[in-house]
Amino acid sequence: MQTNIFETLDWLPDAPEDFRQRCRVLAADADASGRDVYALASARLDNNKLRVLGGVITGLIATGVTLTPLSPFKLGLIGTGTTDLLLPPMVASAARHGIALQVVAGHYESALQDALDSGSGINVSRPDAVLIALDHRSLPISTVPGEPERAEQIVEDCAQLYAAICGAVRQHGGAFCILQTLASPPEAVFGSLDRSVPGTLDWIIHRVNERIVELAQRDGNALFDVARLAAVVGTGNWFSPQEWNVAKLAFSYDCVPLYADRLGSLLGALRGKSRKCLILDLDNTMWGGVIGDDGMAGINMRQGDATGEAHLALQQAALELHKRGILLAVSSKNTDDVAREPFRTHPEMLVREKHIVAFQANWRDKASNIAAIAEELNIGLDALVFMDDNPVERDQIRQALPQVLVPELSSDPSDYARRMLATGAFEAVAFLQEDKGRSEAYKANAQRLALKSDAINMEDYLASLEMEIHFDRFDETGRSRIAQLINKSNQYNLTTRRYTESEVAQLEVDPRAFTLQVRLKDKFGDNGMISVIICRAEGDDTWRIDTWLMSCRVLGRQVEHMVLQEILHHARAAGVRRLVGEWRPSGRNDMVRDHYGKLGFAPDGAGPEGSTLWTLAADHEAPRPRMTVIRTGVPV
Amino acid sequence: MQQNEKLQRIFRDVFDDPTIELEPTMTADDIAEWDSLSHVRLMLEVSKAFGVRFSASEVSSLNNVGDLQALISSKGGA
Repeated sequence: MQTNIFETLDWLPDAPEDFRQRCRVLAADADASGRDVYALASARLDNNKLRVLGGVITGLIATGVTLTPLSPFKLGLIGTGTTDLLLPPMVASAARHGIALQVVAGHYESALQDALDSGSGINVSRPDAVLIALDHRSLPISTVPGEPERAEQIVEDCAQLYAAICGAVRQHGGAFCILQTLASPPEAVFGSLDRSVPGTLDWIIHRVNERIVELAQRDGNALFDVARLAAVVGTGNWFSPQEWNVAKLAFSYDCVPLYADRLGSLLGALRGKSRKCLILDLDNTMWGGVIGDDGMAGINMRQGDATGEAHLALQQAALELHKRGILLAVSSKNTDDVAREPFRTHPEMLVREKHIVAFQANWRDKASNIAAIAEELNIGLDALVFMDDNPVERDQIRQALPQVLVPELSSDPSDYARRMLATGAFEAVAFLQEDKGRSEAYKANAQRLALKSDAINMEDYLASLEMEIHFDRFDETGRSRIAQLINKSNQYNLTTRRYTESEVAQLEVDPRAFTLQVRLKDKFGDNGMISVIICRAEGDDTWRIDTWLMSCRVLGRQVEHMVLQEILHHARAAGVRRLVGEWRPSGRNDMVRDHYGKLGFAPDGAGPEGSTLWTLAADHEAPRPRMTVIRTGVPV
Repeated sequence: MQQNEKLQRIFRDVFDDPTIELEPTMTADDIAEWDSLSHVRLMLEVSKAFGVRFSASEVSSLNNVGDLQALISSKGGA
């Protein structure tokens, strides 16, 4: 019975036969698209194939190919031992998660110099982030079993080393750090007692990991939990004494594809590429059997039955994702009523109708249904994961909608949940209050849509929503969510400028910047933060709108009109006479091409890369939408 | 599969060159990509494919392809 799917990345479809040939074609293509790169990277690739593709991507980036829609990311690498073998797999695997990665590696065993020297290759390259891929062998650790005070001092020394590296990288390279936790090697000296005797290697590593986790939560840093990754494959596989002795590989070469994939999903999450919605097939995926043939009594999700419990485990995993704000949807070839019946009345069914935001049960092809779900929820196809036991359906979706992630499944449902989560599709870098309520918000939106079709006219409809809009300047409370929106919003985003959490923090105190975070409540509930604005002063009398983005959940609610009124109010108070707006095409923000035109701005020429400029006099008067305005907590 | 054929496939894969034809006298000078780092990759792939383990000294003592073939055979690699 095969149980370990991890080292071989079994949830990915096999690479095409002519993989190398395709890589060669891609390498020679000056018009290479990120989609072609993504298609090749999305297959199950071993070290040799990762190396070939990684080399091709690095070559393309070096010659100036932009590889849209992949997002560029420059990563410094400070690591233990020989890191050269990691680089091409890291680059190829990042493409699998929507990232065009450049890696700048430090020098062999010189972590501190790479970080502290303002002229080091890493700092000079101005990376977006630096990965601190150290393991216990690069740290000032000597074991002192049974000496608690010295042991504490060693933990403190290690924590200070990490803090020094993070501080220096921020100061000299302008980057945040991605901190790896430390795996604990399998060689136990006492045995199980290692964990409880202060000063053993295992004890020190666990304590240092706590400090690494703390540090990773500060200053916009991020965490890469390598200790858990090593535990997933087993530390006996992770640490290879031979490979360390022969080649100074900090972990086994066999684990490189998995390590690189996990890093890729983390980088993807940092760039807002994580997926938002899980679409499930029903028959033989959500339950055993076929509801249309076997009926309510015949479908299998029985406790105590191996097959039934396997399907229940997938339902349970789906509910876990629901709890953290991932949307659940259904796509099934079935009659609607028949397909809904188990959700309504089957006593053992865990997922109920209330958990599902979009339910597509009909006899159309699944590609059309999945496209319809994306449209209904107003999210991109690249935000979707689709689970189906039928290899034909999986293949059809991969062909028709390559942006949708379709995990490869075996014929045994036992590991469906594991394979779905192993994709890393839902990797997160923060968990916020708003995330928990997201599913409710989308469902309330569906109710609002229903209400809208009944409403006599638009104005009455909007008034009936009893909207309350809250404006605040950027602050510490909103910081994480602001950064999340800045890095995730694609469609209603005028300039698609991405800023890290620390850059957002700087804007809070920048006297030349005017910022707004916008929340919206209505009678159905709290939509949370739905819009972010950054204006930058130009000269004495002009504000340039650097960033204007909005959640698509509140489209058609006249929020943008209210936001403009708020900007104008503050602009006039600051003596500003003119606003300059800008639309920068990203390939995904066509819906806001005429945003400024609709708001009354006049076209004012074109900027670089197809962007358009717009201006508006600050004394512009416009009708005020019907909603209550709360400015820094006070109604106005 | 013959040992030689299997080894040749590994060489082609590791050095990303489908034209490699193995000869016992072949050395690192004959394959452009064959440096100390790719030698490590080669030995790791050979070790996995043939189900054999190499010591640190064995990895660094090989002079040519013939030495490698002999080493695999001596360990009963198949």
